[in-house]
Amino acid sequence: MSAEDWQLLWFTGRMAALSTCLVLPVGLALAWSLARARWRGKALVEALVSLPLVLPPVVTGLVLLKLFGRRGPLGHWLYQHLGWEVVFTWKAVVLALAVMSLPLFVWAARASLQEVNPLLEQLARTLGAGEWRVLFTITLPLARRGIIAGTMLAFARALGEFGATIMVAGNIPGQTTTLPVAIYYSVELGKDSRAWMLAGLSATLAFLAIWATQRLLRRPKR
Amino acid sequence: MNHGLRASFVKRFDDAVVIEICGLALGPDPEVTVLFGPSGCGKTTVLRCLAGLERPDEGTILFGEEVWFASAGRRPLPPQRRKVGFVPQDYALFPHLSVERNIGYGLYGLPAGERRGRVAEAMRWLGLEGLEGRRPGALSGGQQQRAALARALVVRPRLLLLDEPLCALDAPARLRVRNQLRRMLRRLSIPTLLVTHDRADALALGDTLWVMNQGKLLQHGLAHEVFSRPANLEAAAIVAIETVQPGRVLKTAGGLATVAVGAATLTALPLDLETAAEEVYVCIRAEEVILVKGPSVPSSARNCLAGTVCSLAREGPMVRVGLDCGFPLAALLTPQACEEMFLHQGDAVSALIKAPHIHLIPRPD
Repeated sequence: MSAEDWQLLWFTGRMAALSTCLVLPVGLALAWSLARARWRGKALVEALVSLPLVLPPVVTGLVLLKLFGRRGPLGHWLYQHLGWEVVFTWKAVVLALAVMSLPLFVWAARASLQEVNPLLEQLARTLGAGEWRVLFTITLPLARRGIIAGTMLAFARALGEFGATIMVAGNIPGQTTTLPVAIYYSVELGKDSRAWMLAGLSATLAFLAIWATQRLLRRPKR
Repeated sequence: MNHGLRASFVKRFDDAVVIEICGLALGPDPEVTVLFGPSGCGKTTVLRCLAGLERPDEGTILFGEEVWFASAGRRPLPPQRRKVGFVPQDYALFPHLSVERNIGYGLYGLPAGERRGRVAEAMRWLGLEGLEGRRPGALSGGQQQRAALARALVVRPRLLLLDEPLCALDAPARLRVRNQLRRMLRRLSIPTLLVTHDRADALALGDTLWVMNQGKLLQHGLAHEVFSRPANLEAAAIVAIETVQPGRVLKTAGGLATVAVGAATLTALPLDLETAAEEVYVCIRAEEVILVKGPSVPSSARNCLAGTVCSLAREGPMVRVGLDCGFPLAALLTPQACEEMFLHQGDAVSALIKAPHIHLIPRPD
């Protein structure tokens, strides 16, 4: 493996990890409010979050490109206030990965939050626990399995994302190229052996993610 | 000054079920008050409203000087600040925490040493030593109940709310745990409100008792009083008095009333003067009826009714005997008594009932 391949692997892993770190707090807040609270516009938000799951990834990428481009409403704001260029930078990679993996996390976390018996939370309140303590000592630990599974699903999805990434981040070697994108261009340029090697790397990463999930989900020994 | 708990409130549900609690009061004394009624009559909702887990639609809940709930636009006091020990029907132990951490959950914020001391004390007190590290799922029903009780008690609540504490136990454990629970509740000096639909539990555990049906409180009194002297027909049905028959007061003299029931005439203690009515219901508890085979013998019981045995049916550890004494009458005997008397269907017997055991309820025309 060349230095370039190592860089590719390291970059893809880092981007997926960053996107997962972004998905986790946002996704938890979303999953909790979808599972527990009653509010107006809930159905709309639910649909919006799930949209990247059913839309072709390229379409999601196109929407992101237009939103976050220099002249797009969000991109313009970010450039003016923070001086951020998003499109065709590593920020766009993280954005694309996060948007694509968010629904997977929200679905898994939401289902497990709904399973938590509200009586246990209410009982904790009668014992004097405030809302944050209830959340961190009762709700989240009881929904632990779904949250871990959702995190791993999101991470694995981020590792393999292609369509949306190529639309918003393009293929700038060393700057925005991720593993799947590199595989695609290797085949395109007729470098089949490199494509196979990268595919092998990709599969190894995926297996590692599954293995780690199973380790974490194993029931604690008594 | 502490006046204990006073609650009057209304709670409505979407499907038109209404809970209307009027004048529920728990004295400041550490006694056990039972809320007795059939399943689904709203007992649990009452407890949840008192614990602050459910918000009534109107009314007030006061505890001493504190306002827990007042419908006049004020925010109810949240459950965190009511300092109430709540033990729900299935105990709701935290499944992911050890027994020790379950019990210590409410002691958050105390120094670790004091917390450990209080948890250990509660575990010793409730006989849970050696189970510190277990998960709730690995405990028996009785142990779970005691762990839930310990968790509620370590925080030194001002009021204890128990929802069907014996319901989740099987029959053999139930009797043993009932006795344990009674001893514990006697030793605690915390006013307790206990919900049950079981008469034996209510009598064993309660000092005073409220009868509840279809969302309303019907009667309040000493537990055994309410069971033998229900105030009206609805309460008589809830406390399951075996014989309830319409009758008519013929005369009252010398502190006794003569009542005609069916073809028989009974002597009973009369009603209060203010509710004196001619038309009454006659209530007789089956276990107060004594049977004598053959013709009557002289006895101190004021009522001696000749009758025939119509039916014999096993009812738990007892036998329920259906009689025709000019009106249908039920008696509850031990199987041994039935055997020794060679009691069979069609036998002629005499039923003896003391006058104070015949309770009269006014009957609206």
